Amino acid sequence: MTATVDVLLIEDEPSIAEAVRFILSREGWRCEQWPEGNSALQRIRALAPRLVILDLMLPGRSGAEVLADLRADHALKGLPVLLLSARGLANLPQGADRILVKPFANDDLRAAVRELLG
Amino acid sequence: MTRSSPRPPVARPLIGTRIRERRLSLGRRQTEVAQRAEISAAYLNLIEHNRRPVGAGLLSRLAEALDIDATELASDHEEALVGALREAAARAADQRGITVELDQISEFAARFPGWASALAGATRRADALERRLVALSDRMTRDPYLLETLHEVQSAVTALRSTASILAETPEIEPEWRDRFHANLDSDSQRLSRTAQALVAYLDSFEDEVVPMSPQEEVEAWIAAGQPSIAEAAELASDAARVMAQDLLAAQERDRAALPDSALSAVVAEAGDTADDPAHIAARLGRPLELVLRRLGTLRPGPWAQAGLIVCDGSGAALFRHSAPGFELPRPGEGCALWPLFEALAQPQLPVARLIETTAGNRFAAWAVAERLLPMGIGAPALSRAQMLFRPSAGRDTRPVLGVGPACRICPRPGCPARHEPSILGPV
Repeated sequence: MTATVDVLLIEDEPSIAEAVRFILSREGWRCEQWPEGNSALQRIRALAPRLVILDLMLPGRSGAEVLADLRADHALKGLPVLLLSARGLANLPQGADRILVKPFANDDLRAAVRELLG
Repeated sequence: MTRSSPRPPVARPLIGTRIRERRLSLGRRQTEVAQRAEISAAYLNLIEHNRRPVGAGLLSRLAEALDIDATELASDHEEALVGALREAAARAADQRGITVELDQISEFAARFPGWASALAGATRRADALERRLVALSDRMTRDPYLLETLHEVQSAVTALRSTASILAETPEIEPEWRDRFHANLDSDSQRLSRTAQALVAYLDSFEDEVVPMSPQEEVEAWIAAGQPSIAEAAELASDAARVMAQDLLAAQERDRAALPDSALSAVVAEAGDTADDPAHIAARLGRPLELVLRRLGTLRPGPWAQAGLIVCDGSGAALFRHSAPGFELPRPGEGCALWPLFEALAQPQLPVARLIETTAGNRFAAWAVAERLLPMGIGAPALSRAQMLFRPSAGRDTRPVLGVGPACRICPRPGCPARHEPSILGPV
Protein backbone atom coordinates (compact mmCIF):
# COMPACT_ATOMS: atom_id res chain seq x y z
CA MET A 1 0.00 0.00 0.00
CA THR A 2 1.29 3.46 -0.85
CA ALA A 3 1.16 5.79 2.12
CA THR A 4 -0.71 9.04 1.50
CA VAL A 5 0.85 10.48 4.62
CA ASP A 6 4.59 10.53 5.17
CA VAL A 7 4.55 11.58 8.81
CA LEU A 8 1.92 11.40 11.54
CA LEU A 9 2.80 13.81 14.34
CA ILE A 10 1.17 12.91 17.66
CA GLU A 11 1.61 16.07 19.71
CA ASP A 12 -0.85 18.03 21.86
CA GLU A 13 0.92 21.41 21.91
CA PRO A 14 -0.65 23.45 19.07
CA SER A 15 2.33 25.79 18.55
CA ILE A 16 4.84 22.94 18.41
CA ALA A 17 2.58 20.96 16.08
CA GLU A 18 2.17 23.93 13.77
CA ALA A 19 5.91 24.58 13.62
CA VAL A 20 6.79 20.92 12.99
CA ARG A 21 4.17 20.56 10.29
CA PHE A 22 5.44 23.70 8.56
CA ILE A 23 9.07 22.52 8.72
CA LEU A 24 8.25 19.08 7.31
CA SER A 25 5.89 20.35 4.62
CA ARG A 26 8.64 22.72 3.37
CA GLU A 27 10.79 19.63 2.82
CA GLY A 28 8.04 18.08 0.73
CA TRP A 29 6.80 15.59 3.31
CA ARG A 30 3.07 15.20 3.82
CA CYS A 31 2.35 15.52 7.52
CA GLU A 32 -0.79 15.06 9.60
CA GLN A 33 -1.22 15.74 13.29
CA TRP A 34 -3.14 14.03 16.13
CA PRO A 35 -3.47 15.65 19.57
CA GLU A 36 -3.99 12.82 22.10
CA GLY A 37 -2.98 9.30 23.00
CA ASN A 38 -6.22 7.37 23.52
CA SER A 39 -7.04 6.91 19.86
CA ALA A 40 -3.54 7.44 18.49
CA LEU A 41 -3.18 3.80 17.44
CA GLN A 42 -6.44 3.87 15.47
CA ARG A 43 -5.24 7.05 13.77
CA ILE A 44 -1.96 5.39 12.84
CA ARG A 45 -3.85 2.42 11.38
CA ALA A 46 -6.20 4.70 9.44
CA LEU A 47 -3.49 6.92 7.93
CA ALA A 48 -0.75 4.31 7.52
CA PRO A 49 2.09 6.87 7.70
CA ARG A 50 5.71 6.03 6.86
CA LEU A 51 6.90 7.58 10.12
CA VAL A 52 5.34 8.46 13.48
CA ILE A 53 6.65 11.41 15.50
CA LEU A 54 5.43 10.78 19.02
CA ASP A 55 5.43 13.17 21.96
CA LEU A 56 6.04 11.49 25.31
CA MET A 57 3.57 13.51 27.39
CA LEU A 58 0.14 13.32 25.85
CA PRO A 59 -3.39 13.66 27.19
CA GLY A 60 -5.03 10.24 27.56
CA ARG A 61 -2.54 7.42 26.97
CA SER A 62 1.04 8.59 27.30
CA GLY A 63 3.55 8.45 24.47
CA ALA A 64 5.26 5.53 26.22
CA GLU A 65 1.98 3.56 26.29
CA VAL A 66 1.23 4.34 22.66
CA LEU A 67 4.74 3.20 21.73
CA ALA A 68 4.30 -0.06 23.65
CA ASP A 69 0.93 -0.66 21.95
CA LEU A 70 2.46 -0.01 18.58
CA ARG A 71 5.37 -2.37 19.11
CA ALA A 72 2.96 -5.08 20.29
CA ASP A 73 0.82 -4.71 17.17
CA HIS A 74 1.73 -7.28 14.51
CA ALA A 75 1.03 -4.94 11.59
CA LEU A 76 2.63 -1.84 13.06
CA LYS A 77 5.60 -3.09 15.03
CA GLY A 78 8.10 -2.26 12.26
CA LEU A 79 6.92 1.34 11.82
CA PRO A 80 9.71 3.89 12.49
CA VAL A 81 9.04 6.08 15.52
CA LEU A 82 10.76 9.36 16.40
CA LEU A 83 10.14 10.13 20.07
CA LEU A 84 9.97 13.72 21.36
CA SER A 85 11.00 13.94 25.01
CA ALA A 86 10.74 16.88 27.39
CA ARG A 87 12.36 14.85 30.17
CA GLY A 88 15.87 14.57 28.79
CA LEU A 89 17.26 11.14 27.98
CA ALA A 90 16.81 9.45 31.38
CA ASN A 91 14.18 6.76 31.96
CA LEU A 92 12.87 6.81 28.40
CA PRO A 93 10.76 3.92 27.12
CA GLN A 94 12.30 1.24 24.92
CA GLY A 95 11.34 0.85 21.30
CA ALA A 96 11.87 4.25 19.65
CA ASP A 97 14.07 4.45 16.53
CA ARG A 98 15.27 7.95 17.35
CA ILE A 99 14.80 10.40 20.20
CA LEU A 100 14.80 14.19 20.05
CA VAL A 101 14.99 16.10 23.32
CA LYS A 102 12.91 19.26 23.56
CA PRO A 103 13.74 21.98 22.75
CA PHE A 104 15.34 20.75 19.52
CA ALA A 105 16.92 22.52 16.55
CA ASN A 106 14.88 22.48 13.36
CA ASP A 107 17.88 21.08 11.49
CA ASP A 108 18.05 18.15 13.90
CA LEU A 109 14.38 17.44 13.28
CA ARG A 110 14.87 17.51 9.51
CA ALA A 111 17.92 15.25 9.75
CA ALA A 112 16.15 12.71 11.94
CA VAL A 113 13.09 12.54 9.69
CA ARG A 114 15.24 12.30 6.58
CA GLU A 115 17.18 9.41 8.10
CA LEU A 116 14.06 7.52 9.18
CA LEU A 117 12.15 8.04 5.94
CA GLY A 118 15.16 6.91 4.00
CA MET B 1 11.89 46.67 69.88
CA THR B 2 14.17 45.03 67.33
CA ARG B 3 12.85 42.73 64.65
CA SER B 4 15.78 40.34 64.74
CA SER B 5 16.47 37.91 67.50
CA PRO B 6 19.80 36.37 68.47
CA ARG B 7 17.99 33.11 69.23
CA PRO B 8 17.17 30.76 66.38
CA PRO B 9 13.48 29.97 65.80
CA VAL B 10 12.33 27.12 67.97
CA ALA B 11 9.76 24.63 66.71
CA ARG B 12 7.03 24.66 69.33
CA PRO B 13 4.26 22.21 68.58
CA LEU B 14 0.87 23.83 68.21
CA ILE B 15 2.04 27.32 69.16
CA GLY B 16 0.25 28.55 66.05
CA THR B 17 -2.97 26.96 67.25
CA ARG B 18 -2.62 28.73 70.59
CA ILE B 19 -1.98 32.06 68.85
CA ARG B 20 -5.08 31.55 66.70
CA GLU B 21 -7.26 30.56 69.65
CA ARG B 22 -6.06 33.56 71.66
CA ARG B 23 -6.77 35.92 68.74
CA LEU B 24 -10.23 34.48 68.16
CA SER B 25 -11.05 34.66 71.86
CA LEU B 26 -10.28 38.39 71.69
CA GLY B 27 -12.39 38.75 68.54
CA ARG B 28 -9.52 40.33 66.63
CA ARG B 29 -8.88 40.09 62.90
CA GLN B 30 -5.65 38.65 61.51
CA THR B 31 -4.87 41.93 59.77
CA GLU B 32 -5.10 43.86 63.06
CA VAL B 33 -2.87 41.46 65.02
CA ALA B 34 -0.42 41.08 62.13
CA GLN B 35 -0.04 44.86 61.85
CA ARG B 36 0.73 45.19 65.55
CA ALA B 37 3.25 42.33 65.33
CA GLU B 38 4.88 43.90 62.24
CA ILE B 39 4.24 40.97 59.92
CA SER B 40 1.84 40.40 57.03
CA ALA B 41 -1.57 38.87 57.60
CA ALA B 42 -0.63 36.07 55.23
CA TYR B 43 2.41 35.22 57.32
CA LEU B 44 0.33 35.26 60.49
CA ASN B 45 -2.11 32.90 58.82
CA LEU B 46 0.71 30.46 58.09
CA ILE B 47 1.92 30.74 61.69
CA GLU B 48 -1.57 30.09 63.00
CA HIS B 49 -1.70 26.89 60.97
CA ASN B 50 1.65 25.80 62.42
CA ARG B 51 3.34 26.15 59.07
CA ARG B 52 5.88 28.79 60.02
CA PRO B 53 8.16 28.78 63.10
CA VAL B 54 8.00 31.58 65.66
CA GLY B 55 11.31 33.06 66.81
CA ALA B 56 11.72 34.61 70.22
CA GLY B 57 11.43 38.19 68.94
CA LEU B 58 8.30 37.51 66.92
CA LEU B 59 6.77 35.56 69.81
CA SER B 60 7.28 38.58 72.01
CA ARG B 61 5.60 40.92 69.49
CA LEU B 62 2.69 38.53 68.97
CA ALA B 63 2.22 38.18 72.72
CA GLU B 64 2.14 41.96 73.02
CA ALA B 65 -0.40 42.21 70.19
CA LEU B 66 -2.55 39.60 71.92
CA ASP B 67 -2.27 41.12 75.41
CA ILE B 68 -0.71 37.99 76.88
CA ASP B 69 2.59 37.07 78.48
CA ALA B 70 5.01 35.50 76.00
CA THR B 71 5.81 32.63 78.36
CA GLU B 72 2.14 31.84 78.71
CA LEU B 73 1.67 31.95 74.95
CA ALA B 74 4.65 29.67 74.45
CA SER B 75 3.17 27.42 77.13
CA ASP B 76 6.57 26.09 78.18
CA HIS B 77 5.09 24.48 81.24
CA GLU B 78 5.78 21.06 82.61
CA GLU B 79 2.74 19.62 80.87
CA ALA B 80 4.11 20.54 77.48
CA LEU B 81 7.53 19.25 78.49
CA VAL B 82 6.11 15.90 79.55
CA GLY B 83 4.21 15.67 76.24
CA ALA B 84 7.44 16.33 74.33
CA LEU B 85 9.25 13.69 76.37
CA ARG B 86 6.55 11.18 75.49
CA GLU B 87 7.18 11.95 71.82
CA ALA B 88 10.90 11.39 72.41
CA ALA B 89 10.11 8.09 74.12
CA ALA B 90 7.95 6.98 71.20
CA ARG B 91 10.84 7.66 68.84
CA ALA B 92 13.25 5.77 71.08
CA ALA B 93 10.93 2.77 71.02
CA ASP B 94 11.85 2.32 67.36
CA GLN B 95 15.49 1.75 68.31
CA ARG B 96 16.60 -1.68 69.40
CA GLY B 97 17.84 -2.13 72.93
CA ILE B 98 16.41 1.10 74.31
CA THR B 99 13.73 0.84 76.96
CA VAL B 100 12.34 4.12 78.24
CA GLU B 101 10.95 4.30 81.79
CA LEU B 102 7.60 5.73 80.72
CA ASP B 103 6.22 5.70 84.24
CA GLN B 104 8.97 8.04 85.39
CA ILE B 105 8.64 10.77 82.76
CA SER B 106 7.06 13.29 85.14
CA GLU B 107 9.68 12.63 87.78
CA PHE B 108 12.46 13.00 85.22
CA ALA B 109 11.05 16.33 84.03
CA ALA B 110 10.74 17.59 87.58
CA ARG B 111 14.17 16.45 88.82
CA PHE B 112 16.20 17.27 85.72
CA PRO B 113 14.33 20.07 83.92
CA GLY B 114 17.42 21.15 82.01
CA TRP B 115 18.19 17.69 80.64
CA ALA B 116 14.50 17.10 79.95
CA SER B 117 14.25 20.33 77.97
CA ALA B 118 17.39 19.48 76.03
CA LEU B 119 16.01 16.06 75.09
CA ALA B 120 12.61 17.45 74.16
CA GLY B 121 14.20 20.20 72.08
CA ALA B 122 16.46 17.76 70.26
CA THR B 123 13.51 15.53 69.46
CA ARG B 124 11.45 18.46 68.18
CA ARG B 125 14.30 19.64 65.98
CA ALA B 126 14.72 16.12 64.63
CA ASP B 127 10.98 15.95 63.92
CA ALA B 128 11.01 19.34 62.22
CA LEU B 129 14.00 18.38 60.08
CA GLU B 130 12.40 15.07 59.16
CA ARG B 131 9.16 16.78 58.12
CA ARG B 132 11.10 19.30 56.09
CA LEU B 133 13.11 16.55 54.44
CA VAL B 134 9.93 14.64 53.56
CA ALA B 135 8.28 17.78 52.23
CA LEU B 136 11.25 18.74 50.08
CA SER B 137 11.74 15.20 48.87
CA ASP B 138 8.05 15.01 47.93
CA ARG B 139 8.37 18.28 46.09
CA MET B 140 11.39 17.35 44.06
CA THR B 141 10.26 13.88 43.03
CA ARG B 142 6.48 13.78 42.97
CA ASP B 143 5.14 17.30 43.20
CA PRO B 144 2.62 17.45 40.34
CA TYR B 145 2.75 21.24 40.29
CA LEU B 146 6.52 21.30 39.85
CA LEU B 147 6.50 18.56 37.21
CA GLU B 148 3.63 20.16 35.32
CA THR B 149 5.27 23.60 35.46
CA LEU B 150 8.61 22.30 34.20
CA HIS B 151 6.83 20.55 31.35
CA GLU B 152 5.01 23.78 30.54
CA VAL B 153 8.34 25.63 30.39
CA GLN B 154 9.83 22.97 28.12
CA SER B 155 6.84 23.09 25.79
CA ALA B 156 6.85 26.89 25.55
CA VAL B 157 10.61 26.99 24.93
CA THR B 158 10.33 24.27 22.26
CA ALA B 159 7.58 26.15 20.46
CA LEU B 160 9.47 29.44 20.67
CA ARG B 161 12.73 27.95 19.41
CA SER B 162 11.19 26.16 16.45
CA THR B 163 8.99 29.08 15.48
CA ALA B 164 11.73 31.67 15.80
CA SER B 165 14.06 29.51 13.70
CA ILE B 166 11.40 29.15 11.01
CA LEU B 167 11.04 32.93 10.78
CA ALA B 168 14.81 33.42 10.74
CA GLU B 169 15.59 30.75 8.13
CA THR B 170 12.60 31.34 5.82
CA PRO B 171 12.80 34.92 4.48
CA GLU B 172 10.30 34.24 1.69
CA ILE B 173 7.60 32.96 4.06
CA GLU B 174 4.00 33.72 3.07
CA PRO B 175 2.39 36.64 4.97
CA GLU B 176 -0.38 34.36 6.27
CA TRP B 177 2.15 31.95 7.82
CA ARG B 178 4.33 34.78 9.06
CA ASP B 179 1.35 36.37 10.86
CA ARG B 180 0.38 33.06 12.39
CA PHE B 181 3.90 32.41 13.67
CA HIS B 182 4.16 35.93 15.06
CA ALA B 183 0.93 35.34 16.96
CA ASN B 184 2.30 32.02 18.24
CA LEU B 185 5.51 33.74 19.37
CA ASP B 186 3.48 36.32 21.24
CA SER B 187 1.24 33.82 23.02
CA ASP B 188 4.06 31.37 23.78
CA SER B 189 6.34 34.09 25.14
CA GLN B 190 3.53 35.27 27.43
CA ARG B 191 2.96 31.69 28.55
CA LEU B 192 6.66 31.25 29.23
CA SER B 193 6.78 34.51 31.16
CA ARG B 194 3.84 33.52 33.37
CA THR B 195 5.15 30.02 33.97
CA ALA B 196 8.71 31.12 34.69
CA GLN B 197 7.47 33.73 37.14
CA ALA B 198 5.37 31.17 39.00
CA LEU B 199 8.24 28.69 38.98
CA VAL B 200 10.75 31.19 40.37
CA ALA B 201 8.34 32.24 43.14
CA TYR B 202 7.70 28.60 43.93
CA LEU B 203 11.40 27.66 44.05
CA ASP B 204 12.24 30.81 46.03
CA SER B 205 9.90 29.66 48.75
CA PHE B 206 11.98 26.48 49.15
CA GLU B 207 14.41 28.67 51.07
CA ASP B 208 11.78 29.45 53.69
CA GLU B 209 11.94 27.69 57.00
CA VAL B 210 9.04 25.38 56.33
CA VAL B 211 7.16 24.46 53.15
CA PRO B 212 6.99 26.36 49.87
CA MET B 213 3.76 27.93 48.67
CA SER B 214 1.91 26.88 45.55
CA PRO B 215 -0.43 29.33 43.77
CA GLN B 216 -3.35 27.81 45.66
CA GLU B 217 -1.61 28.42 48.97
CA GLU B 218 -1.01 32.02 47.91
CA VAL B 219 -4.74 32.33 47.22
CA GLU B 220 -5.55 30.85 50.61
CA ALA B 221 -3.26 33.33 52.34
CA TRP B 222 -5.06 36.06 50.40
CA ILE B 223 -8.46 34.72 51.52
CA ALA B 224 -7.21 34.63 55.12
CA ALA B 225 -6.07 38.25 54.79
CA GLY B 226 -9.64 39.24 53.93
CA GLN B 227 -9.32 39.17 50.11
CA PRO B 228 -7.77 42.60 49.68
CA SER B 229 -7.62 44.22 46.22
CA ILE B 230 -5.74 41.90 43.87
CA ALA B 231 -3.53 44.75 42.66
CA GLU B 232 -2.34 45.44 46.21
CA ALA B 233 -2.27 41.91 47.60
CA ALA B 234 1.33 41.03 48.46
CA GLU B 235 0.16 37.46 49.09
CA LEU B 236 -0.47 36.98 45.39
CA ALA B 237 3.12 36.73 44.15
CA SER B 238 2.50 34.74 40.98
CA ASP B 239 0.32 35.47 37.97
CA ALA B 240 -1.26 32.03 38.37
CA ALA B 241 -2.41 32.95 41.88
CA ARG B 242 -3.82 36.26 40.63
CA VAL B 243 -5.77 34.49 37.88
CA MET B 244 -7.15 32.03 40.45
CA ALA B 245 -8.10 34.90 42.77
CA GLN B 246 -9.89 36.72 39.94
CA ASP B 247 -11.82 33.55 39.02
CA LEU B 248 -12.77 33.10 42.66
CA LEU B 249 -13.99 36.68 42.95
CA ALA B 250 -16.06 36.28 39.77
CA ALA B 251 -17.65 33.07 41.10
CA GLN B 252 -18.43 34.73 44.43
CA GLU B 253 -19.97 37.70 42.62
CA ARG B 254 -22.23 35.37 40.63
CA ASP B 255 -23.33 33.70 43.88
CA ARG B 256 -23.91 37.08 45.50
CA ALA B 257 -26.07 38.18 42.57
CA ALA B 258 -28.15 35.00 42.91
CA LEU B 259 -28.46 35.41 46.68
CA PRO B 260 -27.72 38.95 47.89
CA ASP B 261 -26.20 39.61 51.32
CA SER B 262 -29.30 41.44 52.54
CA ALA B 263 -31.70 38.62 51.63
CA LEU B 264 -29.52 35.96 53.29
CA SER B 265 -28.88 38.01 56.44
CA ALA B 266 -32.59 38.82 56.79
CA VAL B 267 -33.68 35.18 56.54
CA VAL B 268 -30.97 34.02 58.96
CA ALA B 269 -32.08 36.69 61.43
CA GLU B 270 -35.75 35.73 61.09
CA ALA B 271 -35.18 31.98 61.20
CA GLY B 272 -34.62 31.72 64.95
CA ASP B 273 -33.72 28.17 65.98
CA THR B 274 -34.05 26.92 62.42
CA ALA B 275 -31.17 29.22 61.39
CA ASP B 276 -28.94 26.32 62.46
CA ASP B 277 -30.16 24.26 59.51
CA PRO B 278 -29.02 25.32 56.03
CA ALA B 279 -31.86 23.32 54.46
CA HIS B 280 -34.44 25.42 56.36
CA ILE B 281 -32.71 28.59 55.21
CA ALA B 282 -32.67 27.34 51.62
CA ALA B 283 -36.37 26.49 51.82
CA ARG B 284 -37.25 29.91 53.23
CA LEU B 285 -35.27 31.60 50.48
CA GLY B 286 -36.46 29.28 47.73
CA ARG B 287 -32.84 28.89 46.62
CA PRO B 288 -30.76 25.74 45.93
CA LEU B 289 -29.02 24.26 48.97
CA GLU B 290 -25.62 24.31 47.27
CA LEU B 291 -25.88 28.07 46.73
CA VAL B 292 -27.00 28.63 50.33
CA LEU B 293 -24.05 26.58 51.68
CA ARG B 294 -21.56 28.63 49.67
CA ARG B 295 -23.16 31.94 50.65
CA LEU B 296 -23.33 31.03 54.35
CA GLY B 297 -19.66 30.04 54.18
CA THR B 298 -18.55 33.30 52.58
CA LEU B 299 -20.89 35.87 54.18
CA ARG B 300 -20.95 34.07 57.55
CA PRO B 301 -23.96 35.94 58.98
CA GLY B 302 -25.00 35.76 62.67
CA PRO B 303 -24.63 32.22 64.03
CA TRP B 304 -22.44 31.28 61.05
CA ALA B 305 -19.61 33.65 62.04
CA GLN B 306 -17.22 30.73 62.69
CA ALA B 307 -18.25 28.67 59.69
CA GLY B 308 -15.73 27.09 57.34
CA LEU B 309 -16.31 26.23 53.71
CA ILE B 310 -14.61 23.89 51.26
CA VAL B 311 -15.64 23.70 47.60
CA CYS B 312 -14.15 21.13 45.24
CA ASP B 313 -14.63 19.95 41.68
CA GLY B 314 -15.35 16.42 40.49
CA SER B 315 -11.68 15.47 40.71
CA GLY B 316 -11.61 16.50 44.37
CA ALA B 317 -9.42 19.53 43.62
CA ALA B 318 -10.24 22.37 46.00
CA LEU B 319 -11.74 25.47 44.42
CA PHE B 320 -12.13 27.33 47.71
CA ARG B 321 -11.04 26.60 51.28
CA HIS B 322 -11.76 28.63 54.36
CA SER B 323 -11.27 26.89 57.67
CA ALA B 324 -13.24 27.12 60.90
CA PRO B 325 -11.51 27.57 64.28
CA GLY B 326 -10.09 24.21 65.37
CA PHE B 327 -10.42 22.53 61.97
CA GLU B 328 -6.96 21.88 60.60
CA LEU B 329 -6.80 22.09 56.83
CA PRO B 330 -4.11 19.99 55.13
CA ARG B 331 -1.97 21.26 52.28
CA PRO B 332 -3.86 22.03 49.06
CA GLY B 333 -4.42 18.85 47.10
CA GLU B 334 -4.78 16.78 50.25
CA GLY B 335 -7.89 15.87 52.22
CA CYS B 336 -9.63 13.12 54.15
CA ALA B 337 -11.81 10.71 52.17
CA LEU B 338 -14.21 10.65 55.13
CA TRP B 339 -15.07 14.34 54.86
CA PRO B 340 -18.78 14.68 54.04
CA LEU B 341 -17.60 16.76 51.07
CA PHE B 342 -16.46 13.61 49.27
CA GLU B 343 -19.47 11.57 50.38
CA ALA B 344 -21.64 14.22 48.73
CA LEU B 345 -19.47 14.20 45.62
CA ALA B 346 -20.25 10.51 45.15
CA GLN B 347 -24.01 11.11 45.26
CA PRO B 348 -24.86 14.38 43.47
CA GLN B 349 -28.00 16.24 44.60
CA LEU B 350 -28.29 14.16 47.79
CA PRO B 351 -27.33 16.32 50.79
CA VAL B 352 -25.18 14.91 53.58
CA ALA B 353 -25.29 16.08 57.22
CA ARG B 354 -22.77 14.68 59.69
CA LEU B 355 -21.28 15.40 63.09
CA ILE B 356 -17.54 15.09 62.55
CA GLU B 357 -14.62 15.09 64.97
CA THR B 358 -11.04 16.05 64.16
CA THR B 359 -7.99 14.21 65.48
CA ALA B 360 -7.63 17.00 68.07
CA GLY B 361 -11.12 16.14 69.37
CA ASN B 362 -12.87 19.22 67.99
CA ARG B 363 -16.42 18.56 66.80
CA PHE B 364 -18.12 20.20 63.85
CA ALA B 365 -21.58 20.06 62.34
CA ALA B 366 -21.04 19.61 58.60
CA TRP B 367 -23.40 19.83 55.64
CA ALA B 368 -22.44 18.95 52.10
CA VAL B 369 -24.10 18.64 48.73
CA ALA B 370 -22.81 18.14 45.19
CA GLU B 371 -24.32 19.50 42.02
CA ARG B 372 -23.97 18.60 38.36
CA LEU B 373 -23.02 21.30 35.90
CA LEU B 374 -23.43 21.17 32.13
CA PRO B 375 -21.15 23.89 30.73
CA MET B 376 -20.62 21.88 27.53
CA GLY B 377 -24.32 21.16 26.90
CA ILE B 378 -26.62 18.30 27.78
CA GLY B 379 -25.01 15.87 25.35
CA ALA B 380 -21.54 16.36 26.79
CA PRO B 381 -20.00 15.07 30.04
CA ALA B 382 -21.37 16.71 33.19
CA LEU B 383 -19.01 18.37 35.62
CA SER B 384 -19.49 18.06 39.37
CA ARG B 385 -18.97 20.54 42.18
CA ALA B 386 -19.35 19.76 45.86
CA GLN B 387 -19.45 22.14 48.81
CA MET B 388 -19.12 21.45 52.51
CA LEU B 389 -20.14 23.99 55.15
CA PHE B 390 -19.03 23.29 58.72
CA ARG B 391 -18.90 25.05 62.03
CA PRO B 392 -18.04 24.21 65.63
CA SER B 393 -20.72 21.93 66.99
CA ALA B 394 -23.10 22.94 69.73
CA GLY B 395 -22.63 20.69 72.74
CA ARG B 396 -26.21 19.42 72.52
CA ASP B 397 -25.63 17.59 69.22
CA THR B 398 -26.24 13.90 70.05
CA ARG B 399 -25.77 12.38 66.61
CA PRO B 400 -23.17 9.62 66.11
CA VAL B 401 -19.71 11.11 65.66
CA LEU B 402 -17.64 10.47 62.53
CA GLY B 403 -13.89 10.73 63.13
CA VAL B 404 -12.08 12.47 60.29
CA GLY B 405 -8.53 13.64 59.72
CA PRO B 406 -6.74 16.36 57.80
CA ALA B 407 -5.01 13.97 55.35
CA CYS B 408 -3.65 10.42 55.67
CA ARG B 409 0.00 11.49 55.75
CA ILE B 410 -0.51 13.65 58.83
CA CYS B 411 -3.40 11.74 60.41
CA PRO B 412 -2.55 9.36 63.24
CA ARG B 413 -5.91 7.47 63.35
CA PRO B 414 -5.13 3.75 63.50
CA GLY B 415 -7.15 1.26 61.50
CA CYS B 416 -8.93 3.85 59.38
CA PRO B 417 -10.73 2.16 56.48
CA ALA B 418 -10.23 5.25 54.31
CA ARG B 419 -6.46 5.39 54.75
CA HIS B 420 -4.56 5.35 51.45
CA GLU B 421 -1.03 6.01 52.70
CA PRO B 422 0.83 5.54 55.99
CA SER B 423 1.01 8.40 58.45
CA ILE B 424 4.29 10.08 59.30
CA LEU B 425 2.91 10.45 62.83
CA GLY B 426 2.56 7.61 65.25
CA PRO B 427 -0.87 6.23 66.16
CA VAL B 428 -2.96 8.19 68.66
